Amino acid sequence: MDKLDNKLVLSELENRFRGSFVVLGEPHGLLTVSVEEDIITDFLVFVKDHPKLRFNYLTDITAVHYPTEEKDFCVVYHVHNMLHNVRLRIKVFIAGPMPTIPSATSLWNGANWMERETYDFFGIVFEGHPDLRRILNMDELDVFPMRKEYPLEDPNRVDKKDFYFGR
Amino acid sequence: MSNPITKITPNAAVYFDNDPQDELITLNIGPTHPATHGVFQNVVQIDGERIVSGVSTIGYIHRAFEKIAEHRPFYQITPLTDRLNYCSAPINNMGWHMTVEKLLDIEIPKRVQYMRVIVMELARIADHIICNGILGVDTGAFSGFLYVMQEREFIYEIFEEICGARLTTNIGRIGGFERDFNEVAFQKISEFLKRFPPVLKEFENLFVRNRIFIERTSGVAAVTPEEALSYSWSGPILRATGVDYDVRVVAPYCSYEEFEFDVPVGTKGDVYDRFMVRNDEMWQSLRIIEQALDKIAKEPSGVFHADVPAFYLPPKEQVYTNMEALIYHFKIVMGEWETPQSEVYHAVEGANGELGFYMIHDGGRSPYRLHFRRPSFINYQMFAPMSSGMLISDAILNMSSLNVIAGELDA
Repeated sequence: MDKLDNKLVLSELENRFRGSFVVLGEPHGLLTVSVEEDIITDFLVFVKDHPKLRFNYLTDITAVHYPTEEKDFCVVYHVHNMLHNVRLRIKVFIAGPMPTIPSATSLWNGANWMERETYDFFGIVFEGHPDLRRILNMDELDVFPMRKEYPLEDPNRVDKKDFYFGR
Repeated sequence: MSNPITKITPNAAVYFDNDPQDELITLNIGPTHPATHGVFQNVVQIDGERIVSGVSTIGYIHRAFEKIAEHRPFYQITPLTDRLNYCSAPINNMGWHMTVEKLLDIEIPKRVQYMRVIVMELARIADHIICNGILGVDTGAFSGFLYVMQEREFIYEIFEEICGARLTTNIGRIGGFERDFNEVAFQKISEFLKRFPPVLKEFENLFVRNRIFIERTSGVAAVTPEEALSYSWSGPILRATGVDYDVRVVAPYCSYEEFEFDVPVGTKGDVYDRFMVRNDEMWQSLRIIEQALDKIAKEPSGVFHADVPAFYLPPKEQVYTNMEALIYHFKIVMGEWETPQSEVYHAVEGANGELGFYMIHDGGRSPYRLHFRRPSFINYQMFAPMSSGMLISDAILNMSSLNVIAGELDA
């Protein structure tokens, strides 16, 4: 079996998805590509099941908020080929206020809570997710706290001070 | 902004006991139940003693670390990582330092790397003896737990000698350690290597071929490797299913490639295998510490940090007497240094699995976005689905053997 490396990954991706993905670079050796949200499921299936690539371990799903950009949310997938220790970072840029993206739960069971966490903090709706509810925050919360417009609480506020217990 | 939650799934009660013909009982296990060892809630429907279905509710100690981290300079994020997996805080600390060093391209001297390996492996032992001890308690064997507690205390004494703290250690700095290991620390590490093996042997003797223990744990909550990988499991519980994935071997950091150690794997992925994998990992950790001590002896003494004045605080007495040190001190504390715009993912083998730090940095004082890939969070999501059909007492054992730490679960 050939040793898998970023060059081989790229050439396989070129064969299948020429023109519909963008290489964002290789920061610290980790190949990063961005794809459109309509082909993300095909893309994930391809890198997961392709006999040479076999990125069959989903390391992480998370999101980033760029309030100044036109497409202001970025969903980041980290997938891993354990045999060759090659990782791939896939980014999908989508626009708010309630951006939607297909769910990856049909590919990996582990995507379930990762997507719930991403929804909970960024308000990204994963379509096809079986149980998209808040996970770490309280159910009554009506904001998505990791968005950049929500600041941290002022550490110097005095109105919550308690005589015995402080803040 | 309108409330979008109502458009999706409104959060309602999990189960209703309205049907008079229904013979199932709804039971809340937790949030503060002595058998859950932490703040976890599981609402289960039971038929007699058998669980029919269950739902996990988490987030009781969520502290918004990712948000807080966006407002803090790098060195102030270290104490946040302490509070993720507080049973093995040094591994989290080191993982975070290495992430920043990867971002800043800082080369760490070999001696410092070996020192880090010692600290991390001690933390791994401390974490595993807690997990295995508690697993024993849940099967009704209390003595093993108390017996190894003393050794955990001794590990904490070593941490105290190295950094002054015991549980939430905040150990090390970006670029190395805040001070060298002192003589007492080295003595205590050597003493630990001598006194721990017989204790661990005796602990093993209490469990490994104990018929009660085997019958309680063998075959309980068996998981196939395919299932485990699909649920993104990592760490000892993944290795118990037979997948030999260990970040220390697959993607070595801190010169782990120079060390000789085995990766124990199980065959069935049940509670007994998880116990055995953790148990064998402790022996391997002892081997690693021994080798690290030998390697440190060969390195030039007195090196305990990299030469990166731009990120490593100078000694305080120099700040008062030396102009350069004062400037460096000021610039570090005020966050005046140029840092590269980049993104970095760094993973270490935490006690529970792959602990990853994903940081996007825009060159400012603090990370633009920092995400912790917390193994407990990802490992725990299989708990409720796999509990259906299990006895309550087995589910409790299953939970202990997953070693879910509330701090890491909720971040």
